[in-house]
Amino acid sequence: MKMATSSERSPPPFPDSEDQELEPEEVRDQDSDDGGDIFLGADNLLETKMASKPASDIPTKTQSDPPSDLFSEHLMEPASAPKVQWDFIEKPVIEMTIGSTHNVIEVTGDIAKAPEVVTEAASDIAGSNIISKPLIDTDNKTGNELKEESHSKASGAPVMDIFNEPPSEAFSSPVMDVFGELPRNLSSAPVMDILTEPASKTSTAPMEDSISKPSSTSVVDILCEPSSDNVKEPEPDIIDPLADMINNAPVRDARAPIAAVTKEPTRDLFDDEPSDLFAEPRPSKTIKQPQTSIFDEPDEDLFSEPLGDTLKKPHNDSFKGELAPVAKARHVRGPLNDNQNEEGTDIFGEEAVTTVPSAVKRTIPINSKTNGVHSDEEADIFAEATVELSLDSPRNDRKRKEAAKPTASAPSVTASVSKPQPPTLEELEEEEESGDKFELNISITNPEKVGEFHHTTLPMFRSKMFTVRRRFSDFLGLYEKLLDKHAQSGYIVPPPPEKSIMGMTKVKVGKEDNSSAEFVEKRRAALERYLQRVVCHPSLLQDPDVREFLERDDMPRAHSTQALSGAGFLKMINRATDAVSKMTIKMNESDVWFEDKLLEVEAEDQQLRKLHIMVESLVGHRKELSVNTAGFAKSVAMLGSSEDNTALSRALSQLAEVEDKMEQLHQDQAASDSFCLAELLADYIRLLGSVRASFDQRMKTWQRWQDAQNMLQKKRETEAKLLWANKPDKLQQAKDEITEWEAKVTQYEKDFDRVSSTVRKEVLRFEKEKARDFKKQIIKYLESLLQSQQQVEFWTLVCIHNRLFHTFF
Amino acid sequence: MTSTLDDSEKEKARSVSVDLNNDASLLIDIPDALCERDKVKFTVHTKTTLSCFQKLDFSVPRQHEDFIWLHDTLVETEDYAGLIIPPAPPKPDFESPREKMHKLGEGEATMTKEEYSKMKQELEAEYLAVFKKTVQVHEVFLQRLSSHPILSKDRNFQIFLEYDQDLSVRRKNAKETFGSFFKNMVKSADEVIISGIKEVDDFFEQEKTFLLDYSSKIKDSTAKAEKMTRSHKNVADDYIHISATLSSLSVDDNTALKKHLEKFADLFEKLRKVEGRVASDEELKLTELLRYYMRDIQAAKDLLYRRARALADYENSNKALDKARLKSKDMAQAEEHQQQCLQKFDKLSESGKRELTSFKGRRVVAFRKNLIEMAELEIKHAKNNMALLQGCIELLKSN
Repeated sequence: MKMATSSERSPPPFPDSEDQELEPEEVRDQDSDDGGDIFLGADNLLETKMASKPASDIPTKTQSDPPSDLFSEHLMEPASAPKVQWDFIEKPVIEMTIGSTHNVIEVTGDIAKAPEVVTEAASDIAGSNIISKPLIDTDNKTGNELKEESHSKASGAPVMDIFNEPPSEAFSSPVMDVFGELPRNLSSAPVMDILTEPASKTSTAPMEDSISKPSSTSVVDILCEPSSDNVKEPEPDIIDPLADMINNAPVRDARAPIAAVTKEPTRDLFDDEPSDLFAEPRPSKTIKQPQTSIFDEPDEDLFSEPLGDTLKKPHNDSFKGELAPVAKARHVRGPLNDNQNEEGTDIFGEEAVTTVPSAVKRTIPINSKTNGVHSDEEADIFAEATVELSLDSPRNDRKRKEAAKPTASAPSVTASVSKPQPPTLEELEEEEESGDKFELNISITNPEKVGEFHHTTLPMFRSKMFTVRRRFSDFLGLYEKLLDKHAQSGYIVPPPPEKSIMGMTKVKVGKEDNSSAEFVEKRRAALERYLQRVVCHPSLLQDPDVREFLERDDMPRAHSTQALSGAGFLKMINRATDAVSKMTIKMNESDVWFEDKLLEVEAEDQQLRKLHIMVESLVGHRKELSVNTAGFAKSVAMLGSSEDNTALSRALSQLAEVEDKMEQLHQDQAASDSFCLAELLADYIRLLGSVRASFDQRMKTWQRWQDAQNMLQKKRETEAKLLWANKPDKLQQAKDEITEWEAKVTQYEKDFDRVSSTVRKEVLRFEKEKARDFKKQIIKYLESLLQSQQQVEFWTLVCIHNRLFHTFF
Repeated sequence: MTSTLDDSEKEKARSVSVDLNNDASLLIDIPDALCERDKVKFTVHTKTTLSCFQKLDFSVPRQHEDFIWLHDTLVETEDYAGLIIPPAPPKPDFESPREKMHKLGEGEATMTKEEYSKMKQELEAEYLAVFKKTVQVHEVFLQRLSSHPILSKDRNFQIFLEYDQDLSVRRKNAKETFGSFFKNMVKSADEVIISGIKEVDDFFEQEKTFLLDYSSKIKDSTAKAEKMTRSHKNVADDYIHISATLSSLSVDDNTALKKHLEKFADLFEKLRKVEGRVASDEELKLTELLRYYMRDIQAAKDLLYRRARALADYENSNKALDKARLKSKDMAQAEEHQQQCLQKFDKLSESGKRELTSFKGRRVVAFRKNLIEMAELEIKHAKNNMALLQGCIELLKSN
């Protein structure tokens, strides 16, 4: 929808002439509005932010003209020239730059043909990278203009101010880049991206190789190193030629072979795009370069925000729609980042960047520190990324396919960046973020009853779709495994549906009635939701057991899930002791947050339970209503048959017919009450149990820490006593013990802190998921209600009303 | 509790059961009623141009028992044997809402204040509805009498309307209660006996089979309709609880969900009102209609019984006459009796045919009116529901 508006602005110039993509249809479809959303969303956000700033006036003035010039010069050719211009003139600065990004994206889309291509993943990704370029161009120019107008330092300051402020932070980078960094941005980032994306997309080995090699090695090397040289050399003269060289030669060079090899979508992209976007801006840049050089000093600092920012920014934009507390929290506590990590987290924790002011400040110093090395690092990342992509492209494809959300293009990029990194804790966190963005579609179909177990089929998208068969006990087994592994670190492990002896016996007895079919269906849906929750959980998804569960053909039977087995018995005892110790632990809570949250969770649990009972009673009453309506319908039909007045007889049988339909409607409605609401509530009652378990886990960790502290205290006292009693032989031993316990205390304290932070993070994640889930289900439920009301109206209208009138008059 | 029925409500009431061809000469309504414990005092208001009344416009206080008395005297009047005597209004039944109120009081602790007050409101509304319905059936009874060409001229009826003191009809004592019970037993036994008598008239033969069949069917339908409306009411009541719980859930919540839950709770509150209306309209238009005609058909069956009784009497008198002729004894007396019986039977048959035909017309008209009204209301409610739902879906989707 939003895309439509943007394409209005710049109608595609080459509407139909070419073929565009080898992408499967769905990919395109999914991405179709995403692009628009992403960018427009960013647009609005920035607009509002800018509005609140006084300083924005200056750039408005200065920028309003130049960009239009810039773009009318360059972008006109591809397409939308007059409209683009109009846009620029109309909107304030920042927005304008974003506006221009739109157009650029569209242009790339156009270049890559047909209007839909705009929406294609490839062009999106390419576009998102390209954004950085035009942005830089405009900003560059404005920067220069600014400088010209208000003179060196004075101008530098306002610009910096404006752009350094957290909300507009996305812009701080491009602006900074602008001042000195053009060549590399242009050369390394976009080209690389453009190259890597198509590669991952097309996912055929040779092509990837061909792309990744020239891009990662030659282009990046050539481009990046000179540019890093640039940084060191304040001379404008040198920058100029370099810029020229970079803009002309390497890009083109890189482009040429690739085009030759790949030929397909990439070719389209590359043939036109670079010439329009890369080559065209060039003249203006060369003009600008000398001016930029006046700002050598800022250059060097700002320089440091190369790829990271260009990459980061589009993502930031794209994700702004989905602001969430989780990201914020995580970002605050993830300070270990070297450049790579920083970049990664930024990409993933996009909200953090926009919402947490400190993020910006941090990126700058870090970057400036690593200045020289940085470019190489970037190049490395990308080289690796590309390689990884070629290996991993199926996965990438999957992600893209599955990303039903506006961030479609983002996860794939994130994957490419984060992949090569070792799977550290940070990595996991990043994955967590991305995990929120895409969906793994798991569906359970075709439940069968064999003996006493369900065999269930699970198709799920991966590189390919695959299907495994699992018993119900396997699901329980998976849960136990996950619980053992993850619960103690404070993770909220989603619980599977409970065993139902009642329902199961019915199924086992083999009565093929409604209630057993309903039971099977209910369980199927519950298992599906359970798995969905597991794979949505980023750290659980990483678990080998989950993967095994999803992929392995034959599952070793989970024995421990049998209620009466030895293991089960042990577990019961463990749980009992846990419960006892839970009662005995008196924790003086240091963190109000946890205290409040726990109370909240408990209150919510109660309310949910109550609501669940209410909904169940509604389901019961609705079923009763359905039965009674059926009885009435039958009875009225009989009455109609006895009625000796023909008209009235017919009317009564119409009424019976309507009531029959009503019965069906009530029944369906009861089912959707049960499936949409009652099941949701039951799920969350169980989930809240897990949430509480994670709180308990935290308490237990705390207790352990306290115990250790007490023990240390005791040891110290012993030492003092020994010292006093003057027993040197035992003193050494006591001292050793003290050091041992000191280490333990530190360890446990660390554990406690870690668990606390995990719990907090998990709870926030849980709340986010919950809100999303509830909303989705509520809407689904309301839609079902709406539908049944439509039916009521329809049938009443058709059957009684119209025909009655017909019969009687 | 006093309640004044407004006009629209009365309009509805009239539509419930009968389509009356009211002429302006005798207009009766019950504008007011007072409920004290078990007793309900109705104010019966009459407007008339008939000369047999002393005033043109007058009101008298009457109790339910007075109505019953009037009905019984009409039934016992020999002259009206060929008429369908309008069914007596059922005894006011406030037990079920009272019981529910009691239950609600017991369950108060488990509910939130808001929930409780809503439930109470709902029960009060139900109570009021029962009260109004009671008034309506009493009014309809009088109106049917007033619109009947013969019954409206009944002296007892006129006294009932006009006498401005308490009628203070004697309550039936235990013996009489037993007597009437015994009479009913005899009547049903008699019905079985005389059912063997060969019917001479096809019309009545048909009518008899029809009414017998129809009355059992309509009894069943009424019971089923009552059940259906009751469970509909239960669904509406569930909405109250759900809405209340949702809103208390939303109070505790402070995530993004809060707003959604609030809207959802709000929606449920609105939906329950609509759902409650659906249930009460169903009750009024459908169940009440069936209930009334169940009683009316019983009245028609009573007429058939009286006619069949007369036929049996006539047959017996024929036999008696034959016997008398055989014995040549009391021939004149027997002949006279036989003539009387024949006359009575013919009279009953004639007026019975008229009455039954008009009953059929009345029934069809009333059913048509009510069914159409119900369909219209149902469509209206469905539209309301849809608008509410659509609005809420849009709201939820937009943020």
